[in-house]
Amino acid sequence: MKAKALNAAELKYIRHEKMKKWGGIILNIAWWAFLMFPLIYAFLMSVKPPADLYDPNAILFPKNPTLSNFTDVFKVAPVGRYILNTVLVAVLITLSQIVTSFLSAFAFRFLKFKGNKFLYGLVISTMMVPGEAVIISQFLMVSSWGWTDTLMVLVIPHIVSAFNIFLAVQSLENFPYEIYESAKVDGCSDLNFVFTIMMPLLKPTIGSMAVRSFISAWNMYMWPLLTTNNDNVRTIQIGLSMLNAEDSQSMVLMIAGVVISMIPSLLIFVIGQKSMVKGLTSGAVKG
Amino acid sequence: MEKSDIKIIEEEKSFKQKLQPWGYLLPTIVILTIFMFIPFFQTIIRSLFFTDNFGKMQNFIGFGNYIELLTSSSFWNSVWVSFRFVLIVVLVGVVLGFVSALLTQKAFPGLAFFSTSYATPMAIASVGMALIFQVMLNPSVGIINKILGAHGNMLADPGKALIIVAILTAWLNSGMNYLYFSSGLASISDSQYEAASIDGANGFQQFMYITVPALRPTTFFVIVTNIINAFQSFGQINILTKGGPGEATNVIVFDIYREAFMNYRYGFASAESVILFLIILALTILMFYIRSKGGKVQ
Repeated sequence: MKAKALNAAELKYIRHEKMKKWGGIILNIAWWAFLMFPLIYAFLMSVKPPADLYDPNAILFPKNPTLSNFTDVFKVAPVGRYILNTVLVAVLITLSQIVTSFLSAFAFRFLKFKGNKFLYGLVISTMMVPGEAVIISQFLMVSSWGWTDTLMVLVIPHIVSAFNIFLAVQSLENFPYEIYESAKVDGCSDLNFVFTIMMPLLKPTIGSMAVRSFISAWNMYMWPLLTTNNDNVRTIQIGLSMLNAEDSQSMVLMIAGVVISMIPSLLIFVIGQKSMVKGLTSGAVKG
Repeated sequence: MEKSDIKIIEEEKSFKQKLQPWGYLLPTIVILTIFMFIPFFQTIIRSLFFTDNFGKMQNFIGFGNYIELLTSSSFWNSVWVSFRFVLIVVLVGVVLGFVSALLTQKAFPGLAFFSTSYATPMAIASVGMALIFQVMLNPSVGIINKILGAHGNMLADPGKALIIVAILTAWLNSGMNYLYFSSGLASISDSQYEAASIDGANGFQQFMYITVPALRPTTFFVIVTNIINAFQSFGQINILTKGGPGEATNVIVFDIYREAFMNYRYGFASAESVILFLIILALTILMFYIRSKGGKVQ
């Protein structure tokens, strides 16, 4: 009899848990639709023929979905060129930030020299200076050099990131000194050690750094807005923001452009999310 | 043992080896000096000068720019607008991130899809999102007016414009907030909840007495990070409102941009940049303080 009663209680518990589970899924679907609405809306707009915009029966969902907006947007502006420029800038920034961060972190962690701590403190202190607070002087400086309207001006100032140096130094904190020593004993040069032994062991950090650097370079806005004024060097963000979206035709084209511009950063984010989450939260509060 | 090993290496140092660290640090030193340290000091110096239309320093006016700034009603309007902007961004952003984290606290089929979705705002550009909002808010074809049955341009309404750009910014921050909150939630052990439910605590009580206190350090950290981020918002404001209507969305960063690159008052804008720097500095110090304290709590 006792066993039977327990069974009933168990059944009730299981049913309760099942309900909670389904409740959770339903809540998540509702919250997802709410939170992701701007992105869903953008996607639906991008496959809408311009005529559908004024159709009261096609407010959200297009009546005759089309992919022509995605090809037409390349005709109203040199979007291909914008994307090429942005890929070039973002890849160069990402690669050079990874290299400069680990070279610096190696020196800070493994090489003894005068002023090591002071210099590291100085590098870290630049994180407190918001970019917007120095942008006037940076702009006046690069324009006095005649650097405006080049891809160089978009890349060079960003090849070093204090935050990524900080991440790299953090990741070396638990790196065994013995590995460095035995590599030296085996006659491995320091430069060789950095690229063939140290960095391969720190792949998760590199992954998180790469995702972060690429996304922030891809989404960069204020600096390219100030320093470039020419379609040949414009990035996708600037190019899109300059599209005229007064009438319905250009509105759907612009949104198609926005959807295209989001694909690379979203892809990189989804692929690298796991390592990025690790890198991000390791620096945060340990609750 | 490690120390004595270092000593041996140190004794063998030649001149070339002494130079070596500087070789590794060369890119960092050169780039940070040229693009951070020099512009930083230049900004401070320029803020003490009257400048011409090309940013050349004409004559030294001491704290003239600061006095003009601190006595201008436009600047105090910017401070007030920034304050309200930051407040909405933090409130909405924290709620969005926190709710997402709570919804994905327990495992269920499809969790990976939802948690990736909730984090995606991190990867979205302020420009792209601003352009989407522009279409959503379009007075004649936008979805928002259709849903609310409203007419007219919300971005032309001074009361609504600030709320709209703030909500957009909160959305952009919500992905990062979600990640911080869910790692905070993940660090609460299941045994705490189990013990509480054996003691007869219901879901709400568990939330109030276990979840909320455990997330306190995370929440502080998220709030300060969000405040710092919010102070630096620019793209969405430049695209959606350009500081308007009137000066309703003229936050400090946008006012700096306007004074420097539209009115060509570089010296004056530099003084405003220095004030922005001081605000962010104070907030960053606060963040590091909370961070070091937060680490000790547990």
